[in-house]
Amino acid sequence: MATANLDIHDGAHAHSHDHDHEHEHHELGFIRSYVFSEDHKVIAKQYLITGLIWAFIGGFLSILFRIQLGFPEAKLFWLKPLLGGWIDDSGKLDANFYLALVTMHGTIMVFFVLTAGLSGTFSNYLIPLQVGARDMASGFMNMLSFWFFFLSSVLMFGSLFLSTGPAGGGWTVYPPLSAVKTANPGSEMGMTLWLVSMAFFIVSQLLGGVNYVTTVINLRTRGMSFSRLPLTVWAFFITAIIGLLSFPVLFSAALLLIFDREFHTSFFLSDLYVAGQALDNRGGSPILFQHLFWFLGHPEVYIVLLPALGITSEIIATNSRKPIFGYRAMIVSMLAIMVLSFIVWAHHMFVTGMNPFLGSIFMFLTLIIAVPSAVKAFNYITTLWRGNIVFTPAMLFSIGLVSLFISGGLTGVALGNSAIDIQLHDTYFVVAHFHLVMGSASFFGMMAGVYHWFPKMFGRMMDEKLGYVHFWMTFIGVYMVFFPMHYIGIAGFPRRYYSFTNFDFSKSFTDLNMFISIAAIVTFSSQLIFAFNFFYSIFKGRKAPQNPWHSTTLEWTAPVNPGHGNWVGEIPTVYRWPYDYSKPGAQEDFIPQTVPYAATPESNLPHEIDDEELYTDTPEVKSAH
Amino acid sequence: MITAIIVTGLLLIVAILVTVFRVQSLISITKKADERVGTSNKVNAVLFPVFLVIGFGLAIWISFYSDKFLLPEASSTHGKETDNLFWITMGVIGAVFFATHILLFWFPFQYQYKKERRATFYPHNNNLEVVWTIIPGIVLTTLVISGWWVWRDIMKDAPEDAVVVELVGKQFNWIVRYPGDKQAVLGQSKSELGRYDYRLIDATNEIGIDFTDVNSFDDFTSTEIHIPKGKPVLLKIHARDVLHSVFMPHFRLKMDAVPGMQTRFWFVPEKTTAEMRAELGNPNFNYELACTEVCGRGHFSMRTLVVVDEPAEYAKWVANRKPFLAQNRDYLKLVPANLKEKALQVVGPEEGAEPAAAPADSASAPAVASVPVATK
Repeated sequence: MATANLDIHDGAHAHSHDHDHEHEHHELGFIRSYVFSEDHKVIAKQYLITGLIWAFIGGFLSILFRIQLGFPEAKLFWLKPLLGGWIDDSGKLDANFYLALVTMHGTIMVFFVLTAGLSGTFSNYLIPLQVGARDMASGFMNMLSFWFFFLSSVLMFGSLFLSTGPAGGGWTVYPPLSAVKTANPGSEMGMTLWLVSMAFFIVSQLLGGVNYVTTVINLRTRGMSFSRLPLTVWAFFITAIIGLLSFPVLFSAALLLIFDREFHTSFFLSDLYVAGQALDNRGGSPILFQHLFWFLGHPEVYIVLLPALGITSEIIATNSRKPIFGYRAMIVSMLAIMVLSFIVWAHHMFVTGMNPFLGSIFMFLTLIIAVPSAVKAFNYITTLWRGNIVFTPAMLFSIGLVSLFISGGLTGVALGNSAIDIQLHDTYFVVAHFHLVMGSASFFGMMAGVYHWFPKMFGRMMDEKLGYVHFWMTFIGVYMVFFPMHYIGIAGFPRRYYSFTNFDFSKSFTDLNMFISIAAIVTFSSQLIFAFNFFYSIFKGRKAPQNPWHSTTLEWTAPVNPGHGNWVGEIPTVYRWPYDYSKPGAQEDFIPQTVPYAATPESNLPHEIDDEELYTDTPEVKSAH
Repeated sequence: MITAIIVTGLLLIVAILVTVFRVQSLISITKKADERVGTSNKVNAVLFPVFLVIGFGLAIWISFYSDKFLLPEASSTHGKETDNLFWITMGVIGAVFFATHILLFWFPFQYQYKKERRATFYPHNNNLEVVWTIIPGIVLTTLVISGWWVWRDIMKDAPEDAVVVELVGKQFNWIVRYPGDKQAVLGQSKSELGRYDYRLIDATNEIGIDFTDVNSFDDFTSTEIHIPKGKPVLLKIHARDVLHSVFMPHFRLKMDAVPGMQTRFWFVPEKTTAEMRAELGNPNFNYELACTEVCGRGHFSMRTLVVVDEPAEYAKWVANRKPFLAQNRDYLKLVPANLKEKALQVVGPEEGAEPAAAPADSASAPAVASVPVATK
């Protein structure tokens, strides 16, 4: 750490009380440096570690219910030390707890891992480093963002230990099931904690989102125009905008649901007779909640996915040693996805009793959003074409992401068609679809990001070989789990079923369900390889060079262990776009963004001469990189 | 004892793995560090096409393997159309899936890192972008328009003469109500379902049928759904506690049951239960109704049998049902005085010579949907 000294104030004043040249964050003490830190890099790591812990919890919950689905006859007494009363006297998993497991798995994975863990980590870490900023626009709000998330995490985690169990109405928490406490044990205290936790979570997301947007707009370094932003930053920027516009709607839904639960309002409730009692609620509509929920819920898919795609764009370009194909087309597709993501939500509701005319409209809008997604996939593949591909673990996960994104995205074409959706809605086909396109793809993006930026984050390298093993086990495992699920879905197996033996039509596929469960257990276990690699490398990994992947973006011009303020001395100036890989004529196969055109006359393209003149007056032209 | 051995064994395995890992990483450090890639780059490059071939093989195999477990051909008119659409769509996306993956997994092998080679600087090509914007656009438009035609037909209003069945979801079974067939007695041209009100629900009157409405006098409930083959059937659906969803997989039919709001779905069943049994060679085959919206602990067990009869059999079945009011005469006291006479005409005279024992009609005890269909 001692090498990374700088003074965050650009002026050269000395701290009179500083007997050595240690920088500010050492004066702050442990608490302010590592716990209530306002440094975006520390906050990013806090998000990452919390997100990874959540990922293991969420994954483990899924293993529990996969055991139930794959081995419905098994006696689970061996789980009693962990689950206690949730294993009944005959050794079976409690059916209510099954629903709670499914609910918590969804909530944890979607919000805590793939929203907070992914966006929180990489937006925080990369935005300042890649746009050339000392820190986020508001370090304090950024700190608050993490601690609201932490508070939300504590509440959600605590709900796992309630005697009535955590929330159990599915991660979509549709009322009346989630609103009427007598309808389901999971709708008692578990649901209350879920709602409060999510309210804090949304606050956290908004605080973070405001920061990301502001930082990208206001704190870009000299020369870093929007057309020179790496696609990662574009993705985080667009994600943050989507989040800012859609999370408040979920907040309102949660708030109204709290009113319905606690203060006898009837926003979502009408004509209910539950547990032998007619309730007073009249005139509310459960469908209204679904509209509000999915108004966030669908953009949420892109909140989860876009950062992963941004990360992938960066990694694929770097490791193909080629510019990302269609930089502008990628940005336009993301902007199109951003706009469209707000007007497709009701495709989750084709058969909820919504007016079929609305269904038609949303079917058209939904299939439009497939076009920019297709463009992105084609651009990734073309980026690989005639590249000079280096397979780092990050690269493997990025290629894996593209594969999962295609496989899962394609089935969306079937589901987005309302006529076809009648049969497939709420079956395992849907489960397979979104686990591939949103769950696994985003998870792969997160893993890719961790492997790629680990050297920047911790100044050490992760072990590549373990990374390869981790990738192949995960990649094969994910397909083994989710590919067969499509067939189970086509056979009509409904989601969230504790057991399939009650119906003749779902008595088949017992072998396949067992296979999926085994594959899930193996896949989950192989994440331990990652966990080992990650934590071991933080302390014992090989020391990282400054730019291990020969990358062009700004973060690799910062010291190996960037201190508070990121760059020693002046922030570098940017002269070119971030994808000058393998430029004809250039000596190296990459030209960092900090190298002016004046320094590379041999590789400049005709139109780049003009730009050069704009920046020749900058003093540190020669010294860059 | 055994546990101890297992734990020791596991610890040993972990220790060995960690040692191997440490040795391996130390060796890798001593190796020349200036090379950008090692042999693992080749291994990974080869693994992608290997994965592609094996993966495709498995994907094709599982398609054949699964075929026998999939649902039989749709038993409803609209279901055949949505199935067609589904398989056409699957064909299209399957082709794209194969094509894109061949490229995606071949390129890594073909263009793996070679020291002497340089990647082609190829940052954009607007023509290409336009092509792969327009082609998916056209394909998707075609799919969506054909889907829309089908959707519009399915969702249009049911024909006037549709057989009406009311399905009410509750935790955790379905309640089935028919409008009855005593319209002649009531002096109506067509029998309709009587009104309901959730505040009238009790242990017997599970839907909360409102007996101040003339239409409710001849309504009858059932533990099974009977519907006639070849006739349009209109399901009027609601729920009385939480969301449920009507799902009849064999008819490719799904519609949520919502408290406080009626939803509808109409369809034409094309094969009787008996015909399906013969066709599938399975004498135990039954059409089923399941719930597909999570509704609590018993969500996975909300099974109700659906029986498709020949129209004549169906008419006979309906004729043999007794109105709810006739089965539960206590509720006659809820009928307003001015309508009492009409109610009595429908339910028959007061003297309790009820021959209800005859076909063991269980319309008033629908607690568990476990009544097997006639043939066993």
